[in-house]
Amino acid sequence: MVVKEFVQMRRDRLTFAMMIGIPLMQLILFGFAINSNPQNLPLAVLSNDDSEFSRTLVAAMQNSVYFRVTNMIRSEAEAKRLLDLGDVQFVLTFPHDFGRLLARGDRPQALVEADAADPAATGFALGALDTIFSQSLSRDLIGPLLPLRAQPGPVDLIVHRLYNPEIQTRYNIVPGLMGVVLTMTMVIITALAITRERERGTMENLLCTPVRPFEVMVGKIVPYIVVGYIQMMLIILAAKVVFGVPILGSLPLLLAVSILFIAANLAVGITFSTVASNQLQAMQMAFFFFLPSILLSGFMFPFRGMPEWAQWVGSVLPLTHYLRVVRGIVLKGVGFTDLLPELWPILAFLVVLMTVAVKRYRQTLD
Amino acid sequence: MNAARNGPAIDVSGITKSFGGKVVVNNLSLRVEPGEIYGFLGPNGSGKTTFIRMLCGLLKPDSGSGTCLGLDVMKDSARIKTRVGYMAQRFSLYGDLSVRENLDFMARVYGVEDRRGTVDNMIGRMRLGPYADQLAQNLSGGWKQRLALAASLIHGPELLLLDEPTAGVDPKARRDFWDQVHELAGQGLTALISTHYMDEAERCHRLAYISYGNLLTKGTVEDVIAGCGLHTWEVSGGDLYELAAELKKLPGVEQVAHFGNTLHVSGVDAGALRAALAPFMAKGAQTFSEVPTSLEEVFISLMGTSPGPQGGEAAQGGRA
Repeated sequence: MVVKEFVQMRRDRLTFAMMIGIPLMQLILFGFAINSNPQNLPLAVLSNDDSEFSRTLVAAMQNSVYFRVTNMIRSEAEAKRLLDLGDVQFVLTFPHDFGRLLARGDRPQALVEADAADPAATGFALGALDTIFSQSLSRDLIGPLLPLRAQPGPVDLIVHRLYNPEIQTRYNIVPGLMGVVLTMTMVIITALAITRERERGTMENLLCTPVRPFEVMVGKIVPYIVVGYIQMMLIILAAKVVFGVPILGSLPLLLAVSILFIAANLAVGITFSTVASNQLQAMQMAFFFFLPSILLSGFMFPFRGMPEWAQWVGSVLPLTHYLRVVRGIVLKGVGFTDLLPELWPILAFLVVLMTVAVKRYRQTLD
Repeated sequence: MNAARNGPAIDVSGITKSFGGKVVVNNLSLRVEPGEIYGFLGPNGSGKTTFIRMLCGLLKPDSGSGTCLGLDVMKDSARIKTRVGYMAQRFSLYGDLSVRENLDFMARVYGVEDRRGTVDNMIGRMRLGPYADQLAQNLSGGWKQRLALAASLIHGPELLLLDEPTAGVDPKARRDFWDQVHELAGQGLTALISTHYMDEAERCHRLAYISYGNLLTKGTVEDVIAGCGLHTWEVSGGDLYELAAELKKLPGVEQVAHFGNTLHVSGVDAGALRAALAPFMAKGAQTFSEVPTSLEEVFISLMGTSPGPQGGEAAQGGRA
């Protein structure tokens, strides 16, 4: 019995490769890519003050492991836009007489706005802020300014956790789950679709009919788009009623752009099913795709916490972009034009996969 | 059904196909006239399925040329598909659809006009009425086969390609099936049918025998039997088992086969065969009589003389 199992295992090379490949992939992903303490987060600075104090603070943040100054901006509007787009994680604002007030000992305010849609992405960095502020200024607080070193510190640091002020992890997770659930079910269902036809022998019949590959693909995809929408509706309903997630943006917009994502996942499934020779293999491939989708997309762990190579891989996956779309619409209320940078990668992915699927689909049994 | 057309339904030559270096169909040429029921015989793995699949566009021949319903088999497989009905060896309709749903699906795929009418008509013609709303997977073998035939006829094809349609079907259902096929042929439909059953081969207008991809003989049943020049004696009475063992060793005796209480002894050389049998006849323990050679003996003989497998098992079964 054991011998037979091993012989059969050896025959099914793909399955065997998957059995080795999946744990290996998990190991690499978990080991290297995942970091729940993201560092080097992009920071925009809106400084209306050019005193040495504000410059020192910016330099100190830049020097800390958590922040990386990417933009020097001039207006509130720009700050809001960068945060909405997710281009920066934080905006630091100094009022125009920051330096003067500080020197006078008036504890001027400095405002840090954080994109806290994903509380995990910002938590550690925000935690480090106080220390960075008080320690960095110590060097400048000499002579007559020395007393300012004392508590409660020279600066009144105000932190705004935008998009998720109550730090509710579920506000971030529940909308994200929509993408995850869609990925899982859409890929698996369609991965099995054509493989099942082949396994049951119905493919032979189908190939003998004048039906064209494109028609088969579309025929396989359309019913599941409907299923995908039903799932979405359920999740949106649950998010609103059960989890109390505030929905700031436009639901029709969310439903409209989701078709791209659903189709992209179905294309993945169809491609798998043209490659897999049996349903088991198709299932395994679906999981092979699902794993990085969950781990590298920013669903489970902050995207910005990953090393660059993992971010590259993540950027290919449609879920990564879709999560930003969903969170953008639901938590930030962004509009269609702001979503474009996330939509075209999904579209590109869809086109490539569909091409592969149609190419791979064989019209003969050869 | 369409009336008989001019020109042959199938006219191919030099069709060759190999899988992974093994020649499965070797330089095969075949001509089937319209309205003809053409039997396609050969042992397992002889390339029958592969050949039929090439005709209906499921596989692409490596080389060869010819026409199917006047269309080029190498280039026009898309158009051939719309005019050919194919029934695969294995039941290949949807088990989780009902009889009616399966037929309706096939009618849709072929773009049949008046779908409902056509499907109703087909259910009536095939007497599938009582089963119309049953799931196909719950049908018995004979009814599954009938459904498959109905599905392959739904778009009114001019040519039927049936790959071992009666495998695993009881004699009554087989009889019904062949009656159907003959009725269709009477209406001008051409059919190419592969089979293992000799009684079915005898129901065909003409037949071809292939072995390991090579065409060994073709023609009417009489032509085929006459062509092989085999002589057969029937022996009855006495201990046939002992006799069979002894006869097998003798020159001139090519086949010895038990048929119930009789023994069939065949050989090509009539003189040698008679000489081999003479001593046993002289003993008088058994009755000897010369009988017409049957198709089965012809085919067994052909199998014995065929060139043999080229590179092991042919891939017929491997691609189901």
